[in-house]
Parts: sequence; C-alpha cells; structure tokens
Amino acid sequence: MTMMKKLLASAVASTLMVGGAQAEISNNTVKIGYLADMSGTYRDLAGPNGLKALEMAIKDFGGKVNGAKIEVVSADDRNSPDTSSSTVRRWVENEDVDMVAGMVASSVSIAVSKILEENDRLGIISGSAASSITNEHCTPNHIHYVYDTYPLANGTASAVVKEGGKTWYMLTADYAFGQALESDVRQVVEANGGEVIGAVRHPFPTQDFSSFILQAQASGADVVGLANAGSDTTNAITTASEFGLTQSGQTLAALLLFLTDVHALGAETAQGIQLTTGWYWDMNDETREWSDRFMDETGVRPTMVHAGIYSSTLHYLNSVAAAGSDDAQTVRKQMMDTPINDMFAKNGTIRVDGRMVHDMYLAEVKTPAESKSEWDLYKILRTIPADEAYRPLSESKCKLVKM
Amino acid sequence: MTMIFGVPLAVLSGQLLIGVINGAFYALLSLGLAVIFGLLKIINFAHGAMYMLGALVTVVLFDLMGVNYWVALFVAPLLVGAFGILIEYFLLRRIAGQDHIYSLLLTFGVALIIQGVLTNIYGVSGLRYSMPDLFKGGMNLGFMFLPYYRAWVIVVALLVCFGTWFVIEKTKLGAYLRAGTEDSQLMQGFGINVPLLVSLTYGFGVMLAAFAGVLAAPIYSVTPVMGSNTLIVVFAVVVIGGMGSIGGAIITGILMGVIEGLTKTFYPPASSAVIFLVMVVVLMFRPNGLFGKEA
Repeated sequence: MTMMKKLLASAVASTLMVGGAQAEISNNTVKIGYLADMSGTYRDLAGPNGLKALEMAIKDFGGKVNGAKIEVVSADDRNSPDTSSSTVRRWVENEDVDMVAGMVASSVSIAVSKILEENDRLGIISGSAASSITNEHCTPNHIHYVYDTYPLANGTASAVVKEGGKTWYMLTADYAFGQALESDVRQVVEANGGEVIGAVRHPFPTQDFSSFILQAQASGADVVGLANAGSDTTNAITTASEFGLTQSGQTLAALLLFLTDVHALGAETAQGIQLTTGWYWDMNDETREWSDRFMDETGVRPTMVHAGIYSSTLHYLNSVAAAGSDDAQTVRKQMMDTPINDMFAKNGTIRVDGRMVHDMYLAEVKTPAESKSEWDLYKILRTIPADEAYRPLSESKCKLVKM
Repeated sequence: MTMIFGVPLAVLSGQLLIGVINGAFYALLSLGLAVIFGLLKIINFAHGAMYMLGALVTVVLFDLMGVNYWVALFVAPLLVGAFGILIEYFLLRRIAGQDHIYSLLLTFGVALIIQGVLTNIYGVSGLRYSMPDLFKGGMNLGFMFLPYYRAWVIVVALLVCFGTWFVIEKTKLGAYLRAGTEDSQLMQGFGINVPLLVSLTYGFGVMLAAFAGVLAAPIYSVTPVMGSNTLIVVFAVVVIGGMGSIGGAIITGILMGVIEGLTKTFYPPASSAVIFLVMVVVLMFRPNGLFGKEA
C-alpha cells in the first residue's frame, strides 16, 4: 500500500515535472510580433522585407523550437508611438506574443519598450537609431541590436573632423532620434577639437529643404551635418547639390544613410559621402551568400536592418531552445551569455543595458566609375572595433548599469 | 550688415525668394483644387495622389522609354488628366449632387488605393531623376545662389496660374463652365454638353496637379507617398483663400509660401504648423476665407 502510494506519488511528481518543463514555453508556442513602418517614409529600410528576413530566420532554424511551434504576427507602426502602443498592448495582453521584433522610429521603440517592461515580454529593436534607447530609456525587457546614434556620430563625425571639418552646422529632424543624434555629434565634434556653430530643427518629414540649405550656406560652417533619416536625408542631399553647397567649399556629412537611400540617390549624386554602417552586403562570402538568398526572396539587396532582423531572430530562437523557455528574463540572460557569431556579427555581445555591441564600419559611397553594378555602392574605409564604437558602460545613464 | 530681428538682410531676402518659389508650387496645386471645388463642388482628396502621379509618370516614362523632361511636361499631365477623367466618369459621376462628404471620402479612398499599390511596386526610398542639363547650375544673386531650375519653376508656375485664371474668369469658355455648374439643366437646354464639360474640368484640375508633379520630379525625392503631406497643406491654402476662389487660391498660395519661409528662418520647428495657425485665425474672422464670396 505504502509502496503503491510512493509509486503513485512519484508518477504524479514526474508528470508534473515533465509538464512543468513543457509549460516553460508558454502555450507550447513561441509567438513573435513584427512591428515596423510598412507603408511610410521608413518602409524600405525595414518594412515588408524585414518580415521576409524574419521568416527566413525561422525557416533556417527549422520552423519549430524544442517541438513548440513558432508563430508570427505583424503590424504597421505608422511611425506613431500611439498606434504602436495600442498594437503591442493588444499583442502582449490578449494574443500572448512573446517577443516583438523590427521597430524603426525611435519614438515608437521607446513607447513600446515601456509596455514590454510592464508586461515582462521581450523586444529586439533592429531599426531604431537613438542611443537613448539603451541609455536613459533602457529597460530589462529590450535589446538594441544593429546600430545607434553613438557609433554613427563617432564613426562619421570624428572622421570628418580629423579631415579638417572643424565648424559644423546641423540640420536636425525635430524628434527623439534627430535630437539624440545631434547631441551625440556635438560631443564627438567637440571632443575632437571642433565646434557646432548652429543648428536648425526641421519638422519631420520635410519635403523642401531649400530654406534650411540656404541658412546652412549663410552660416559659413565647414561641414553641414544631416541628423535626419530616410526621405528627409535624400531630399536634403538633392537640394544641397542643387544649391551648389559642396561647390562653395562646404562638406556634407550624412550621419544616417541606409543602403536603400544611397541606391535611391545613385552613385552620381551620393559619391564621396562618408557614412557609418553596422553591416554591408558585399563584405565577404558569408554576407554575399545570405544577401543572394535575400535578393531571391525580395528583389533588392538587404540593408543592415534586414540583416540584423535575421541575425537577432536566429539568436533569439537559439536562446529559447537552449534555455528551454520563452520567459523574457530567462531568454534575455541566455542571449547575453552567448556571443553572436554569424554573417551579421563576429563576437557580438549583448551588454547588461541591452546594447548589442559589434564592429561597425566607416564606408564611402563609390563614384559612378568604381560602382560596377546597381547595388555596388560602398567601399569600406575602416573597421571601428566594437569596444570603441559604442558608448562605454562607464558613461551610461541606464538604471540597469548602476544596479 | 543690416540685420532684421537678428537675421542678416541678405539671408532674409534669400528666404523671401525661396518662399515665393514654394508659394508658386502651392498656388499651382491649390489652383487645381479650387477649380475642381469651385466649378464642380467636389472636394478632391485625390489631388495629392495626382501630383505624385505626375512626378512618378515622368520618372517611369524616362526609365522605360527615355522620354525627356520637356516631353514629359506635356505628356505626363495629359496621361494623368485622362486617368482623372476616367475616375470622374466611372466613380464621381455616380455621386454627383450628394453631400460633399461623399466626394471627399470617395477621392480619399481612391488616393489611398493608388498610393498603396504604387508603394508595393516602387517602395518609398525614392526614384532617381536627373535634372535636365539645361538647368544644371545657377546664378549668384549676391544675397543667394539661385539654381536655374527654381527660377524656371517660378516663371512657369505663375504663367500657368495666370492663364488658368484668365480662361475661367475672362473667356467665353470660362463663362460656359461657370454657368454649366450653376444651372446645368438650363445649359443643357442651350445645347451644351454639361457632363462632358464636367469631365473635362475635373481632368483639367487633375492635370494642374500632375503638372506640379512634373515640376517637382527633378528637385524632390519622387515616392508614392510624396503627395500625402503636401495635400493637407494645400487644402489649408484653399480654405484660407476661400473655397472655390480661383484668384484667391493663387494669391494665398504665394502668401503662404512666404509665411512658411519666414517661419523656417525665425522658428523652424513651427514651419509645418504655421499655415494651419493662419487658417484658424482666418476662419475665426472671415469664415469664407480671405477671398471667398459671402455665403
């Protein structure tokens, strides 16, 4: 009788334990929500093709994680923190989404990460630029993967100042990202012995930059720095070339340019512009091999954001598998403990503040003569080592660092 | 150097000129809207999409067939205008005489569909279009560098605006148009084909938008979403000028370009809001707009 009881008890206990282990992947489903600008000004750098990259990662992983199925939902963030917040709230509160990927406009990412923190879910931000996302806005619930404004300023601005561009005039997009980028540039320029002598905060988005270009010309600064993105940057570069900004001896420094922007401008207009990027499709056999597959799916070459979405999703799924859980904190810890080695990054690591640090690259847009094909647009001038590229933890304002 | 409110006079003159150039764009766009509303009582929310189509057709014609800028200046508005006539014939005609809100919603829907389909095909990064060789470079005016192309924009936009105003307000054709929309049955009785007149008027308004689009192609990033932001500003211009007032739309367009330009100099962050601020103030004191007829 006691024997029977013991047997029964252990049988029950083991069932519970097995059940417990399985229950660690909630609902036996890992559900990923892909949130990005699918139709507006930031569509091409992430957008629908980012969703393709995410699906490629799931397919390459094998479609299931520890026997649990992987589901994907997606939504258009419309570049609006309000719209995004209500979407993500619905995802985590009613639809059991475990991880939110994509995320482009910095204002969107900051709003969404607060909701993820309230509900203890994970966010992996690939599209956003503001370095404040892992600085004053850091949470234990998100990871910032591809790049941020710190290396953009550090790579491009310090290179331009060292070439003699001492005085700067900034054209800044008037929202979280532009302001973060402007302040990071200001620090780098001043640290290298230069000076920012003026700035305009322009509305987002702006079509006609002629008025601002005229003010930049009148300032007499050596360098006109563009702290904006997407169509704002391409419009500003086009107008600057129309108004003869560079002919009159000023240098144009675009701090955030994506491959899709340079492709839209063409080598003719964009040649010689220096930029910082987290990844480029034509760096080595590994990147080319993946880019060819991406191009077969989408018809275009991937931006660093597309590559980052692929890499981070794969890293996430590997970590879920290794930890045997989709609990946000368990997975985040697993992701931090495992270095990232794939076509996107070599020895990339995720720090306690959520920043994924990896090598960055200073690139220059090729001249039409150098460019052999439509997408052959960058030459890499310099690798910026990971520990030099990103804001050191010693300067961090993140609450998790002080703990 | 002479300074005005801390801004050198030279810089200010440059900004005023830029304001007039942008104002000429607004005038051209709001003129089309005012023609369509004034004569047909249609609130054309597809106007921004038509502007975009003008620019996009210019680029696509060049890419596919090497059609140059000068030909596109005529062909693109004609193609887009013909497309507008199809929309009028197959869609707008069916809701003629209904409340304004119907035409507003219908044209808004049409605009979203056009924009969405083209975004799927072309993306939003922008399509490349080179400046015609004739307009490369510019002249130094002393207080600013004026690209030749901007000088061309201002001349041609104002000519087209004046021409349109003249035809509608001063010629027999314009009189038919105005009468036809005032009392269509009477005009039908006189043997005038009013439905045809309506189609052509809508097509013409759309052509004006597309023409502005062609002018924009070499200087702005050409994307399927380029019209959506412009549209709202242009609507505000029409409301300020007085819905349906042709001359009002032209003068207000230029005036708003200048006001926006000055805001960009003195307080840039407000430059996207200033036109709406003016609109609120104008509507408070003159509900029919600056040049609107008394209701």
